[in-house]
Amino acid sequence: MTQPIPQSVEATLELLAKGNYVADRSLATALYLALKMGRPLFLEGEAGTGKTEIGKVLAETLGRKLIRLQCYEGLDVSSAVYEWNYSAQMIEIRIAEAAGSRDRSEMEQGVFSERFLIKRPILQALEPDPIRGAPVLLIDELDRTDEPFEAFLLEILSDFQVTIPEIGTVKAKEPPIVVITSNRTREIHDAIKRRCFYFWVDYPDAKREMEILKVRAPGAAEGLAKQVVAFVQKLRGEDLFKLPGVAETIDWTNALIQLDKLDLDPQTINSTLGILLKYQDDIEKIQGSEAARLLQQVKTDLAAGG
Amino acid sequence: MAVITTTGGNGADHSPAESKLVVNLMHFARALRVAGLPIGPGKVLDAVNAIRAVGVGNRGDFYWALHAVFVNRHDQHEVFDQAFHIFWRDPKILERLMGMSMPDLEPGSAPPEEPPMRRVQDAFRPDSEEKSEGEGGDKGEKDEEETEYDSVMTASSRELLHGMDFDEMSAEEVARAKAAIARMRLPIQLVKMRRFRPDPRRARIDMRATLRSALRSGGATIPLKWKRRSQRPPPLVILCDISGSMSRYSRMLLHFMHAVSNDRSRVHVFLFGTRLTNITRHLRERDIDLALAKVSEAAEDWSGGTRIGAALHEFNTHWGRRVLGQGAVMLLISDGLDRDAGRGLEIEMERLHKSCRRLIWLNPLLRFEGFQPKSQGIQAILPHVDEFRPVHNLESLDQLIAALNRPAGRRLEGASEWLKMM
Repeated sequence: MTQPIPQSVEATLELLAKGNYVADRSLATALYLALKMGRPLFLEGEAGTGKTEIGKVLAETLGRKLIRLQCYEGLDVSSAVYEWNYSAQMIEIRIAEAAGSRDRSEMEQGVFSERFLIKRPILQALEPDPIRGAPVLLIDELDRTDEPFEAFLLEILSDFQVTIPEIGTVKAKEPPIVVITSNRTREIHDAIKRRCFYFWVDYPDAKREMEILKVRAPGAAEGLAKQVVAFVQKLRGEDLFKLPGVAETIDWTNALIQLDKLDLDPQTINSTLGILLKYQDDIEKIQGSEAARLLQQVKTDLAAGG
Repeated sequence: MAVITTTGGNGADHSPAESKLVVNLMHFARALRVAGLPIGPGKVLDAVNAIRAVGVGNRGDFYWALHAVFVNRHDQHEVFDQAFHIFWRDPKILERLMGMSMPDLEPGSAPPEEPPMRRVQDAFRPDSEEKSEGEGGDKGEKDEEETEYDSVMTASSRELLHGMDFDEMSAEEVARAKAAIARMRLPIQLVKMRRFRPDPRRARIDMRATLRSALRSGGATIPLKWKRRSQRPPPLVILCDISGSMSRYSRMLLHFMHAVSNDRSRVHVFLFGTRLTNITRHLRERDIDLALAKVSEAAEDWSGGTRIGAALHEFNTHWGRRVLGQGAVMLLISDGLDRDAGRGLEIEMERLHKSCRRLIWLNPLLRFEGFQPKSQGIQAILPHVDEFRPVHNLESLDQLIAALNRPAGRRLEGASEWLKMM
């Protein structure tokens, strides 16, 4: 079930394709290096460009377990790495007391043993999995957490080990495959990035986006998909607060399929624009005449291009 | 040195072609470093290993493999791209350049007269010039300022200085005011975090510490330990107008911004006149004179016109989401006099106001007693700020510090009186 790590850039591309992920060769190169050299892959880019998806696809195609750590402000050791099961420990102490045990070190060993340890994502990722091999650890939206947590990650990312004061150091026999994503709502410190292979995930070009739609929205008519891609590409050229990502393109296409559309028209665009644009200012700017103008351009371009 | 360590491991099976490649990689890394990318020897080793893994058959793969190793931030991509294409088309160009710029080979050699690559030239020219300037005259001048400040400044003259408008100060008074600003601290109201720290004042039970101490006593008694949420200052973002009408104030306020940037973490500073400049990195320089020299070089629109709407638009689209997260407090320093007569300003102010936790507008024009919020720019900004304050002398800066230290009230509270006058 567990697939071996791909041995070339081509093999990496094939692997991603197998997981229905249409990737650029540049991304495959960075991913291949990360896998081959056992380093984390650091993916940065706008929201909705498919960063998180890479981690998921990787786990799926390699047959590994996916462990996801969603970051948020104030994320701390007890929710990211481990926590003790306090109520069970309390009961253990009471039982030991009732049994008349007075040996302190014995009791300490009993209470702070692995039995009472609640393992959170990072500790889980360091555990050996004899059947499926080292897991894929997806550290999602690292920019949401704060600098102290980043500093804590340094030890884990370079040595793949965690120190629990009561037990000792836990070290991964086989390091997990680590994928880190960031939306760049703030800069991540260089010390983290230096330990990783960096890749900026950009919006795809029209050809690539067309391929993505074929895989992700197979129900769309060829003509509709072409119009959708051309329209979204045009939108990305506009002066908007938040440009639509690939995820929005896919959502929009699926919505249009549900509405049984074979062809874009201004009316439909206006009523479904909320799927593409997420800010009221942006919607206001595009809705109506601007949308009609863009659509007209798209149709002329497509007619000219055949 | 990098060559020896890389080939030393299993040097026997290396063809001469590969060792040539390793040397070239080292030179390439060196060129990137000179152009400003933070590349250490470890990165060169990574690059060699990466190229071994990917092979040299495909130019595209070769490019992206080196890209993955050497580029750490999106904005470094351009430098890498340029350097890559110049270097790997003709490594000779850079070899010649390296001969000129390697400091360990020719100590004390002058920077090259006509280096072939502009970027490289830009990368180290300003730095060396600034250093020689900074270490020469400026240091001495600063020492003088400080000794003078200590001996001359009495309590009464300090008071006088405190209420004096920056605009009316003599050169000597300006120097003293700068020294006073350098000592200012900005303790912004702390925000609660989701993390905890030990605290004996009985807020919440710290189970982990409690159990550990229970074991220490053998489990017979369980002494409770306490914790509470830890606090930290929120990020501070300053947007400062440097147009002609603001020039006297903005120069003084730069000292204030420098003091704040060096006092605490998570401060971002932007200047705007006709365009927006991020000077956060420049202000991190400890020495005020070096920092100001870097700032004045970075911003090209000193004492020109103001296009507040356009500058805010640029801030909102490119920076807003990157620096205003995590409950940022924002200081907008401007007189609100806009060359574009407030066009597009209102929308951008609204967006800005919604993106931060608290928006404080500092306006030096408020020093005039009969100030009326009548200009179009001011009318566009005022409905979207939480507080409206003067900033024209040391006293107003002190008041600002006090205001930032108070718990934040309702939004718009500090501006409501002015809104009534509109």
